[in-house]
Amino acid sequence: MFLINCPYCGERDQQEFKAGGEAHIERPKQPTELSDDEWAEYLFMRKNIKGVQFERWNHAHGCRKWFNMVRDTSNDEIKAIYKMGEKPPSQ
Amino acid sequence: MTKNLRVKSSEYIDETNRISFKFNNKTYHGFKGDTLASALLANDVHLVGRSFKYHRPRGIMTSGSEEPNAIVQVNPGTNRTEPNVRATEVEIYEGLEASSQNCWPSVEFDIGGINNFLSPFFPAGFYYKTFMWPASFWEKYEFFIRHSAGLGKSPTSNDPDIYDHRNIHCDVLVVGAGISGILAAKNAAKNNFKTLLVDEKNELGGSTIFENNEFNKIDNKTPSEWLKKEIEELKNIENLEIKTRTSVAAYHQYNYLLARENLTDHLEAKDKTNKIRQRLLKIRAKKVILATGALERPLIFNNNDRPGIMLSSAIKKYSEFYGVACGSKNVFFTNNDSAYESAMSLYNKGINVEAIIDIREQSESKIVKKVKEAGIKIYWSHSVVDTTGYKRLNSISIMKLSNDGTSVTGGKISISCDCLGVAGGWTPAVHLYTQSGSKLKFDEEKKVFLPNQNTSEQISVGSCSGDFKIDEIIKNLNQKLKDTFNINETDLDSIKVEIDQENSKRNIWLLPSDKPIGKTKPFVDYQNDATAKDIKLALREGFRSIEHVKRYTTTGMGTDQGKLGNMHALGIIADTAGVKMGELGTTTFRPPYTPLTFGTIVGRNVGKFFDIFRRTPMNDWHIENKAEFENVGQWKRAWYYPINGETMHQAVQRESKAARESAGILDASTLGKIDIQGSDASEFLNRVYTNAWSKLAIGKCRYGLMLNEDGMVYDDGVTTRLGENHYIMTTTTGGAANVLGKLEDYLQTEWPELDVYLTSVTDHYATASLCGPNSKKILEKIIPDLDLSDENFPHMSFKEVNIGSIQCRIMRISFTGEQSYEINVQASYGKDLWKKCIDAGQEFNITPYGTETMHLLRAEKGFIIVGQDTDGTMTPIDLQMDWIVSKKKYDFIGKRSLYRSDTMREDRKQLVGLLTDDPNIVLEEGAQIVSDLNQSPVEMLGHVTSSYFSPNLKKSIALAVVRGGKDMMGKKLFVPMENKNINVTVANPVFYDEKNERLNA
Ligand SMILES: [Zn+2]
Repeated sequence: MFLINCPYCGERDQQEFKAGGEAHIERPKQPTELSDDEWAEYLFMRKNIKGVQFERWNHAHGCRKWFNMVRDTSNDEIKAIYKMGEKPPSQ
Repeated sequence: MTKNLRVKSSEYIDETNRISFKFNNKTYHGFKGDTLASALLANDVHLVGRSFKYHRPRGIMTSGSEEPNAIVQVNPGTNRTEPNVRATEVEIYEGLEASSQNCWPSVEFDIGGINNFLSPFFPAGFYYKTFMWPASFWEKYEFFIRHSAGLGKSPTSNDPDIYDHRNIHCDVLVVGAGISGILAAKNAAKNNFKTLLVDEKNELGGSTIFENNEFNKIDNKTPSEWLKKEIEELKNIENLEIKTRTSVAAYHQYNYLLARENLTDHLEAKDKTNKIRQRLLKIRAKKVILATGALERPLIFNNNDRPGIMLSSAIKKYSEFYGVACGSKNVFFTNNDSAYESAMSLYNKGINVEAIIDIREQSESKIVKKVKEAGIKIYWSHSVVDTTGYKRLNSISIMKLSNDGTSVTGGKISISCDCLGVAGGWTPAVHLYTQSGSKLKFDEEKKVFLPNQNTSEQISVGSCSGDFKIDEIIKNLNQKLKDTFNINETDLDSIKVEIDQENSKRNIWLLPSDKPIGKTKPFVDYQNDATAKDIKLALREGFRSIEHVKRYTTTGMGTDQGKLGNMHALGIIADTAGVKMGELGTTTFRPPYTPLTFGTIVGRNVGKFFDIFRRTPMNDWHIENKAEFENVGQWKRAWYYPINGETMHQAVQRESKAARESAGILDASTLGKIDIQGSDASEFLNRVYTNAWSKLAIGKCRYGLMLNEDGMVYDDGVTTRLGENHYIMTTTTGGAANVLGKLEDYLQTEWPELDVYLTSVTDHYATASLCGPNSKKILEKIIPDLDLSDENFPHMSFKEVNIGSIQCRIMRISFTGEQSYEINVQASYGKDLWKKCIDAGQEFNITPYGTETMHLLRAEKGFIIVGQDTDGTMTPIDLQMDWIVSKKKYDFIGKRSLYRSDTMREDRKQLVGLLTDDPNIVLEEGAQIVSDLNQSPVEMLGHVTSSYFSPNLKKSIALAVVRGGKDMMGKKLFVPMENKNINVTVANPVFYDEKNERLNA
């Protein structure tokens, strides 16, 4: 059970949060111009890395804010947390 | 006659407090402070159970939570009964009853014991190989397995006890209150860390508390004496909380640990009532200090499982701590010095020790010399090759070990004995350590896995970190405490330790016998009856991974997770396969460390607290009027209102007719309501709904369909424009929270530039939905001032008015096809509003209706229910709702997906109406639909999603999803049921008032 440092509320138990999948996948600005393959790439394809992964998390039972997390999936170490719209920290 | 083996008063046993208890229906006596195991041993009872596979008689082996054999059913036949309890952990109390498990008809005569003689037929993988086929035999196998392999009985009535959960946050959690844990906790607390010390036993002190080896001294006292003084001092330390009878079950990431605190299990029945039995502690610690100690290893030799064969350290604890001799003719079998300490402990109390069998060539330690001086015979370089005694050990055979330890030579010596203490060295208890995700490393010299890479703020101290001798323990603990707490001095600095230095050891994982291995039974996992032979067989059959061997042989898969024999299993695999133990790794230790009761896990969340539920403000009225309820999401919704003993069908038919003929009223308070404000609110709605919203006038309502990005229908509902920048959105009852979450996600992550604010107001409003041709007349009576003409208040529009002094929002919208008004008031006025409507509707026979009638009425109109007629695979086009998908809008959520090749297929399942040829047959929801009954295998075209008997149409109607159904209008299809095939015809899903004339009637 992680201890997650919400950028708005501080450290809270994982129970209060919801994981939201891979981060930094921007919704295409002009979906109608995309081919089926390009749209499918956005819609379906997600990374599943053993190692450092960039993820979206939501403080669902708290401030309801979304934020980003860098997590090593091999040992669940949370390496960084940063707000939506911010650039990921350089490794 | 039973013997009394109580040898000497012990300070931990209160001999003035005699306690009677029953084991297998026979009454015995023990004393306050005894465990069930120590009390039974004092009565010379060793045979307590039968093994799982061979039903071999088994006795008490240990004195702690690692016990594999002495597993009992506590208080059988009562509502407090509990199976799989370790007798070594049960503290006795007046009236305690316990019985053996896994034996039938009794532990003394067990019919399954025949398996022991059939054992050549029960090799490794037996279950996989035998019970698999023929498949038709499974029922017979199941009967056999269930009858003879019982693992205790679950209680059959409700648990009378109360359980609880508690969250604890501390700076330092110390697990284990042996010498290391006590010193760690003391120094943590003294340095102003808020500290919690837990131990699974009822007494502090671990094994050092009965450590009386005269050659080990701490500050010139025996370790036992010295530690007692330390424990006394703990009482006066601030910042320190101590919990005994508290077993840590799980160690998760980020120092989150679960522990079970046992509060009443040691009390008499009369003292248990109205108290919390067990409490689950959810501990979040900044630092964790593991001081979980070490478990003594058995030795693996032929027939090493007979009652009377025990761990040497357990014999010592029974003697020193409980004042109980485990036998009258004791022998020890060892590969290190620990057995000599146990032997001296017995000797000093006048208990007979016949001999010590040592696989080493010699040892020069002081304790060995002492044993020699005591005149106890020592057989160096010897090994036990066999044992005899079916229900109790009565002799052992020993032979000389070859130099390389792989065989035995010379003549066989037989020694008569009734108790054999085995000492195979020590295994650090690293179970919790590995649960935390931390990694172990194998120490070739000590032959143990030790903590290596920590994943969180934690340290392991004492014997669980591989320090077995008191001088090492104190020295390393001191340094670790200084590093962890960042301090320069501790009160360990001044401690002076003297110890018996010599400590040689000879490790042989599987001891040889004079018989070939196939003819021996060297048990590795006592609870699951896995032998060294089974492990070798698994390797011969090609298994290599330790995880596979474990599952194939069931080694380590019992309730004790093989705490005693796992290391030997690894050692035997490594030796046989010729690999290094460090490369082999270990199997995974999983939580819980010892079993937990379901009660502890669920805590207070039982009965009506099992799940939270929500009730509307009108709920009391529904109850007074005998409504039946159904669960919708977390809501309790009125389902139907039976009168005069009506069945559900009768009530729903009556309600549905009344709503169309005169007036009905529905409690719609549960619909999700989201308040949307901001200068970009209209643009936001444009992006989330499939239809256009910019031109919706203030005071008007519009139905909207919301998709997922994959183009599938997600939710629907009516949204009303309250002001220039202000909307109120309604969602389905079950979807409210998810819709809000989804909208927030888009606002925060994709469109942060939009000026929009969302607030859930579901609970703020109560909603009464008035419907039917007389609904206008009823509303008129309630609000005479409001002009209800179709010109002033047309369908799909909104008014904000007062009823008396109560402000309310009225939407003229309809989910039934009738003229209909949804009246929203502040929740606290909900019941009042409802009553006003009922009173005003009396003269029109206003009829309250529930969710079932609502579903029927909307089905007559072909209106979908998201989640009933859709299942996450339906696009609006599949639903034949093309009209709601804007062609002009550049983008909205899910738009692009509607043009994927897959979503554009013509043969997708599409929503259609179905009419049965016999109008009285009502289809079953979920029934499959086919076009050709003779086809084999028959092609399933789709299924029925909604089905009712319509009282207004006087025939059966149904909605269904059918592959290519859009082009099947009028086609004859079949719904095959168990006893008949029902003929149906594809129809327009709008069965009633296709032209919507009733909306303005
Ligand atoms: Zn937050």
